[in-house]
Amino acid sequence: MESTDGNDAKSEQRLKSAAVLKSFMLKSSTESKLNLYDHLSRVLMKVMDEHPDNAVDVIEDVSREVKRGLFEDKQSTLRDLPQTTAAELLAEQQRLLFSRPEEADQEEELMDTPLPNVSEVAFYLEQAGVGLGREEMQRVFLALKQLVESQGLPRCRLWGKILGTESSYIVAEAEYREGEEEEESTEEAAEDEERDVEKEINPLPQSAYRPPPTVPKEALGTGANKFAFYVCKEPGLPWVKLPSVSPAQITGARQIRKFFTGTLDTPIVSYPPFPGNEANYLRAQIARISAGTQVSPQGFYQAGEEEGDEEDEAPRDSFEVNPDFEGVPVAEMAESLSTWVHHVQHILQQGCCTWVNLAVKPEDDSNEEGEGEEKEEEPDEPEPEVGPPLLTPLSQDAEMLNIPPWTSKMSSVLTSQHALAVLRSNLWPGAYSYASGKKFENIYVGWGLKYSGEGFSQAVPPLPQKEYPSGPEITEALDPSVEEEQVLKEALEEEQAAQEEKDDTDDPEEEDDDD
Amino acid sequence: MDSNSLFYSLELVAGSGNTLNVEKRTALQTSLVILKKNYKFHRVLFWGKILGLKEDYFIAQGRGEDEMKDKKTLYSFNCMDWMLLAPATDSVIEEVSKTAKGSFVGDPSYVYEHVEIHRPGGRDDAIQEEVVTKVNEESRLAVTVHQIDEEASVVPRGAYLKSPHGLVQINRSFGGLSHSEAGKLDNFLHFSKAKNLKKKSILEMGDLNPAIDFLDVLSDDIPKGEGSWSLQLECASRVLVLRSLLWPGLTFFHLPTTPQHGHIYIGDGRKNLDLPFMI
Repeated sequence: MESTDGNDAKSEQRLKSAAVLKSFMLKSSTESKLNLYDHLSRVLMKVMDEHPDNAVDVIEDVSREVKRGLFEDKQSTLRDLPQTTAAELLAEQQRLLFSRPEEADQEEELMDTPLPNVSEVAFYLEQAGVGLGREEMQRVFLALKQLVESQGLPRCRLWGKILGTESSYIVAEAEYREGEEEEESTEEAAEDEERDVEKEINPLPQSAYRPPPTVPKEALGTGANKFAFYVCKEPGLPWVKLPSVSPAQITGARQIRKFFTGTLDTPIVSYPPFPGNEANYLRAQIARISAGTQVSPQGFYQAGEEEGDEEDEAPRDSFEVNPDFEGVPVAEMAESLSTWVHHVQHILQQGCCTWVNLAVKPEDDSNEEGEGEEKEEEPDEPEPEVGPPLLTPLSQDAEMLNIPPWTSKMSSVLTSQHALAVLRSNLWPGAYSYASGKKFENIYVGWGLKYSGEGFSQAVPPLPQKEYPSGPEITEALDPSVEEEQVLKEALEEEQAAQEEKDDTDDPEEEDDDD
Repeated sequence: MDSNSLFYSLELVAGSGNTLNVEKRTALQTSLVILKKNYKFHRVLFWGKILGLKEDYFIAQGRGEDEMKDKKTLYSFNCMDWMLLAPATDSVIEEVSKTAKGSFVGDPSYVYEHVEIHRPGGRDDAIQEEVVTKVNEESRLAVTVHQIDEEASVVPRGAYLKSPHGLVQINRSFGGLSHSEAGKLDNFLHFSKAKNLKKKSILEMGDLNPAIDFLDVLSDDIPKGEGSWSLQLECASRVLVLRSLLWPGLTFFHLPTTPQHGHIYIGDGRKNLDLPFMI
């Protein structure tokens, strides 16, 4: 009994000291938050799993490994969330630019392509000191190729880039496909149909105002709408077609001065109110810039052969590439402006390229006002507006605002044998043209605004109109004084008396004179 | 932009439309190095190009010990022969702003005239004095460069440090703005004497570090709310480009998360006073 007691007591004591040791081992270290008990159990489990050779010799290394393993675990609970940057998003979209369709035949590519030689154009532009940088130009040209393929355009070229406050537009000029017609979806020409006036008792006064007749839009393929324009924000993003331009929009664009924002559907808040949103304003500015600054060496284009009798008023609309063009020496092109000609029609004051006689319209008007765009109000023939004909040399460009309209120079003075002639427009800052032998190109990179001289002064609102024409029924007259009334009364009584005598008094009625 | 980084930074600002052709670039690289040696500049920058009707001016700027105060501006026509421009004083600035109108002509000796008729005394039949102010194009050039630097030069926040002595120097440990920081206009500062700093409240000043934030923030420019600056990502969205709408032609670029930044002016040297109509 005693021995078992003794044994019990000893084992109890052993258990107790084991418990004390265990609790000592479980105490977390103040420095590393580990405790010896867990660590040793992990080490022994690792030895159990791995069965290393000469375990007793490598036990310290095993212990260190276990500790290190613990630390890694703790640190990896927070990871950096990789944020997709804008660059990555764009790069995904631009990958498509570089994909080459497998079915493209070699032969097809050797034929006349709708695109010009892109690298050559980029090289010449860089020589001239204009352009978007080599890689960007390459991307733009690949995007143009994508446009041509997706839309099936007969011909296309890079028109330029218009900078905006939030983002910019890359503009491509293309010829219309044959048989393309005007889309009527976004027409704003809602007919003013007055609502039925239900109040027949007191009809509201009708305003006698008839808005002046609008100049009709030019047909696709003629005048300011000769080319279709596509824009995109960045190469690789989808191209959007701009609507065709109307003369009202061109005259509106001439009167306002606004930056582009970069989104096509921003409304243009301005005075006078611009008929359209930013897409229309953009198209109108593109039309004006093209008309003012697209030039070519003289002789490159010649007048088209379909002209029958040349009337004085019908401006030439067509031109063809001259097969006999030999190329003008570069020095001459840089010296004199008469070696360059405009090849886009000038836009008249009216807003279109061929003058439309609005005075013919008064037959439709019930008022027969015959308002033309000119000052004459009688239905006389208003003066037809004539612009300079197509293919006029630049030396005849008028000087505006005391500055010469063009500045020309050679691209390099040191190696002038291989230089280009570079022409820069002063009226539309950002429009450049270069020519070298038979090659030439125009480009516009800028804000899309004309040189405004000293300052832009906004149009003043017109004077308030009279509400109604003054006529006798509403003009105030002075009230008659008492004497005048008496005189009138006596005169009337005399008249009546005279009448009664004449009538032989058959009527017994007495007339009441109510004053 | 720094002449050391000229050969690649021109590509980054080319989104505004104007670049230099290869011949000019190589000429610049050679002549700017010679210029640095001759004038003992610490750094030479290619400031930009002012387009004139007949000729264009190429402008370079050299920086000395203090980046803001030790500045010298030079101009050239062929990127090889450089002429020093006199610094613009207040009286010259006043004269130029009265007389010079229209575009630059391209001839530094061209004289702009302005005639003012004074009537001293205010009586109708007093003697009329004609005050003729004449300014030549060289001073107009100096004043324009000075004004553009005052109003439109941009640096990212943290790129320059102001030492306790008052010296403004490049921060060699500037790592660039992060992508999210670069999208905000208030991380960009004007590199000219601060005018708005004293107007800030103590609450705002608490967040600022006086060694870095000793310049005016761009978002304080009038018209407010990014009215006179356009912030865009260019070159496949890798480069951040700031364009000034008040001085059209000034372009600032910065590659986020790298210390590369710079600004250049290529334009006709006229301030866009119609800005309120246009935005």
